[in-house]
Amino acid sequence: MKKFYDVSLANPFMLGTSQYPSPAVLAKAFERSQASVATVSLRREASNDKAGQDFWKLIQQLNVHILPNTAGCHTVKEAVTTAHMAREVFNTRWIKLEVIGEEDTLQPDVFRLVEAARILNEDGFHVFPYTTEDLVVADRLVDAGCRVLMPWGSPIGSGMGLNNVFGLRALRAHFPDIPLVIDAGLGLPSQAAQAMELGMDAVLLNTAVSKAGDPAMMAEAFALAIRAGQLAHCADPMQVRDMACPSTPILGKAFLD
Amino acid sequence: MINTHDGVTIVGAGVAGLCIATELVQRGIIPTIIERQTEPGPDSCSWWAGGMLAPYCEAESADKEVVHFGKSASQWWQEKTGLVTQKGTLVLALNRDHSELQRFAKRTEAHELLSADAINELEPDLDMRFSRGLFYKDEAHLPPRKALSALKASLIQNGANFLYQNADLNGFAKDELVIDCRGIKAKPTLPSLRGVKGEMLILRCPDLSLNRPIRLLHPRIPLYIVPRGDGVYMLGATMIESSAKQHASVRSVMELLNSAYALNPAFGEAEILEIGVDSRPAFADNIPKITHHGQIISANGLYRHGFLLAPTLAIMLADYIHQGIKPEWLTTCTPESKT
Repeated sequence: MKKFYDVSLANPFMLGTSQYPSPAVLAKAFERSQASVATVSLRREASNDKAGQDFWKLIQQLNVHILPNTAGCHTVKEAVTTAHMAREVFNTRWIKLEVIGEEDTLQPDVFRLVEAARILNEDGFHVFPYTTEDLVVADRLVDAGCRVLMPWGSPIGSGMGLNNVFGLRALRAHFPDIPLVIDAGLGLPSQAAQAMELGMDAVLLNTAVSKAGDPAMMAEAFALAIRAGQLAHCADPMQVRDMACPSTPILGKAFLD
Repeated sequence: MINTHDGVTIVGAGVAGLCIATELVQRGIIPTIIERQTEPGPDSCSWWAGGMLAPYCEAESADKEVVHFGKSASQWWQEKTGLVTQKGTLVLALNRDHSELQRFAKRTEAHELLSADAINELEPDLDMRFSRGLFYKDEAHLPPRKALSALKASLIQNGANFLYQNADLNGFAKDELVIDCRGIKAKPTLPSLRGVKGEMLILRCPDLSLNRPIRLLHPRIPLYIVPRGDGVYMLGATMIESSAKQHASVRSVMELLNSAYALNPAFGEAEILEIGVDSRPAFADNIPKITHHGQIISANGLYRHGFLLAPTLAIMLADYIHQGIKPEWLTTCTPESKT
């Protein structure tokens, strides 16, 4: 399995920590998900005077890798400032870089994303950029020093799954050595399985679990699907064909006439 | 039964403290209440409450217990204060967010689906802007500040003694029973308590007449609006995992106002009367807890359900003190050891 900036993950599952009914439910969901990474969005206001430390303490008690993110940032400066605060608060070089460009789709502003990624990579961060499936942007992000890419499946919180399978397949083919994480848009475990079958290295999701009627049960469902997709990819699936291909050997058939 | 012969002192006169005092008085136990402020005011979280008595809507994200115990709240408040308005709750979503309405309907009960005409009948001033909504007819609301004052007035009438000073929890006589209702300020003695920041606005918009609490669903920025009468509306409230309570952020205020404007552009002409911010005290499961160590009983963690759950918390605690009935929300109990 590929490493994420020198870190191997026991399970290729990254789970978000927002919008749960309570921190207790969040903890249960993590337990059943067996997720290896927790993403945490840092509100800049909450970083003053350690005002958010009670919640962050709960996150740290999950005992998983913490991937802080710059959710809700719209400018390079905001994203860079937030990344620095996150490094201080969580004592990690990891940063999920999100620079939002459009409010309705929460689509990344890929131009500012590349610029912020360059600044942060030069500053010693290990950047996980939230991007589209665009090949050229991905290329620029790798040029800027990113060693992980996080293409979206579909818009954040939409639950539409993988909107552009062709694009994701192309991305996989172009960057065989860069870990790819499907980030955003997954609503159902089957979609996560599909992502892993495509050969993605991990999936990241939040809303599908936190807004489910039973978040802990849904977390486990995703864990099973991710494992299934991962095994299926490793097992080298059969090829699709146009015509039927009998699975029973002709040889053993009885002759009636 | 717990010995109360040497006096009962309640520390904190927010919604928890006042409800507990009320239930104790009803059982013939007259407490002393220590509070820093001479009148209910912005220092307590309940001052900024929405005052929605909406157990069914809360089921969307709250534990079953909240729904179960919250159902009795409106009757309690009506009996004690007479300030409850029972006109139900209207839940709406903009056309683009209709899947939120479906989700909300699925997670809650005791609602009916309304058409545009039915919404218009309930709230003509929404001007047919919404094609679908959910109506929770059994829900109610009250004006929180008036309700706090009403409880206080009736406590004084019944002989309860209010002392306006800072309390030192270690400074009480050995056999005196102390009930700690300080909310988030009790954090040093309740380390698992956390603050959840809430920001709210009070607007005056005389052009607009809304009759009941309205919730506007949105995937990121849900809003509720509670009419306070005389064209005054309370808009709330953000939920941020932070114990900060000094300032409301521009983003939060902007988002609340944006949502109100989306509900009805008439809010664009409203006056902003107040911007409120406080930190709700909560435990990890967002359910209130009672702890009993030595002479100190603490009741805390009402989270965003102060007016909804304080009556239940008060009844549980008063039954515990008066009759020794073990409260469902009691988590630790070491009455012998002196803390």
